[in-house]
Amino acid sequence: MHPAPSVILFTTLSGLGFGLLIWLGLGLLAPTGWVAFAFFVVAYLLAVGGLLASVFHLGHPERAPKAFTQWRTSWLSREAWLSVAALIVMAIYGAGLVFWGAVWAPLGWLGAGLCAGTVLATSMIYTQMKPVPRWRTWLTPALFLALSLGGGALLAGQGTLALILLAIAAIVQIAWWLRGDGAFGRAGTTLSTATGLGHIGAPRSFEPPHTGSNYLTREFIHVVGRRHAQKLRAIAFLLGYVLPILLLLGLPFAHIAAALAVLCHIAGILASRWLFFAEAEHVVGLYYGKRP
Amino acid sequence: MTALPTSTQRKLGLVIDLDTCVGCHACVISCKGWNTENYGAPLSDQQPYGADPSGTFLNRVHSYEVQPESAPAQLVHFPKSCLHCEDAPCVTVCPTGASYKRSEDGIVLVNEADCIGCGLCAWACPYGAREMDAAEGVMKKCTLCVDRIYNENLPEEDRIPACVRTCPAGARHFGDFADPDSHVSKLTTERGGFDLMPEQGTKPVNKYLPPRPRDTLGQIDVLAPLLQPSADQPKGFVAWLDRALGAL
Repeated sequence: MHPAPSVILFTTLSGLGFGLLIWLGLGLLAPTGWVAFAFFVVAYLLAVGGLLASVFHLGHPERAPKAFTQWRTSWLSREAWLSVAALIVMAIYGAGLVFWGAVWAPLGWLGAGLCAGTVLATSMIYTQMKPVPRWRTWLTPALFLALSLGGGALLAGQGTLALILLAIAAIVQIAWWLRGDGAFGRAGTTLSTATGLGHIGAPRSFEPPHTGSNYLTREFIHVVGRRHAQKLRAIAFLLGYVLPILLLLGLPFAHIAAALAVLCHIAGILASRWLFFAEAEHVVGLYYGKRP
Repeated sequence: MTALPTSTQRKLGLVIDLDTCVGCHACVISCKGWNTENYGAPLSDQQPYGADPSGTFLNRVHSYEVQPESAPAQLVHFPKSCLHCEDAPCVTVCPTGASYKRSEDGIVLVNEADCIGCGLCAWACPYGAREMDAAEGVMKKCTLCVDRIYNENLPEEDRIPACVRTCPAGARHFGDFADPDSHVSKLTTERGGFDLMPEQGTKPVNKYLPPRPRDTLGQIDVLAPLLQPSADQPKGFVAWLDRALGAL
């Protein structure tokens, strides 16, 4: 799949922002006044910034409000509802903390649930895609939620919690990669089933329909070099999980170390999310002779 | 609504005969010609005369080589367009309701005025039947020429999809699969019409007819066996040369 920068930024940053909002809503930390204001500004910049990046990725951003209509069937529509509801509820909860120093706990819990729901809906957009076997596993929502919770805890300055959750996320990440590498083969879609010619013999793409590229080849048939993919996985794992964990373990939770851990984590997760798209094989590639 | 109809009164679709298709791409051109100037946004081209031309097409013809175990390879031309699936995954993912499947005839369409160009429907389609138009930013797909098949301003013989009307080989057939006596239903039964990627669970309406088994010709030239090379046991100078070259 084409790794579009807007979608990589959106899923990474919004995931972090909603993760921070989850912990704020659950009352794990209940800052008041200016400190609360700073926390909420960071969370909203990440969450809303990511959402805006994804809106401008659309062919017709001005029609985006129509995306609220099909929540019965479409995960993208559910994501739209959940994200707006989460942002409104958490804004009211945040206003209580900032202006009145009041903790309206049930409102916070509701907001945290809606934030987690948003991250889940985002991950389900990918998980539901049957033509992309690498994504079609419960490990995808697990990875998105673990990263959102772990990264959120890191941003919230919850050292021990971040440590545990990032370690869990690291395990899910490795499991997701290992499962993903054989997923296309196991899914059972081949050029034989795609063309129905398998009963005659082994089919091979002889000639594509055109000499140039097209929307399908650009959007769905992104080929990453195996060697580079492994290097990038190592970089993503080191930056996204190992370094933040080491920084949390090695240093007392000072602001500098925390900031460094957050930056490392974001860079690592951006790389991991790039791979999430770039390595994902869509079955339409078979028609173009571009899949094993 | 992006919920799929539980059943459709008719199931309009195509039968594509892989035995007959000659790979001329006339269906590709007639499709582009009709659909760029009728229903919805035009099918744009980017840099059509430039270094990297590309454009939107609703129908494309691939070519595949199939290698039987003990026979010469076969070349199969393979036209591919929307299969108007009964269980169309492209419809249910649409967040705006722009994508829908008609309950009266089963045609899968895009209401372009509602399309936000998110591209999810194209992701959900295993066949690559949907293409985002780069100029218009909306999703384009085969409409089964919905603006021809019901169009009473056209002569009756033209009230079929442009690709079917134009095919010079008669490799494309249009009809109602819900009617067991229709031309397309009969063809599918007689010739063993099959689904593409049945394991994806999309239940395509369009069917493909397999290439017929090839004839195998026996030995037709009675003199051919006499032309077999016969230097199995070389003698004289040739034998010496053979040994000398072999020893090098």
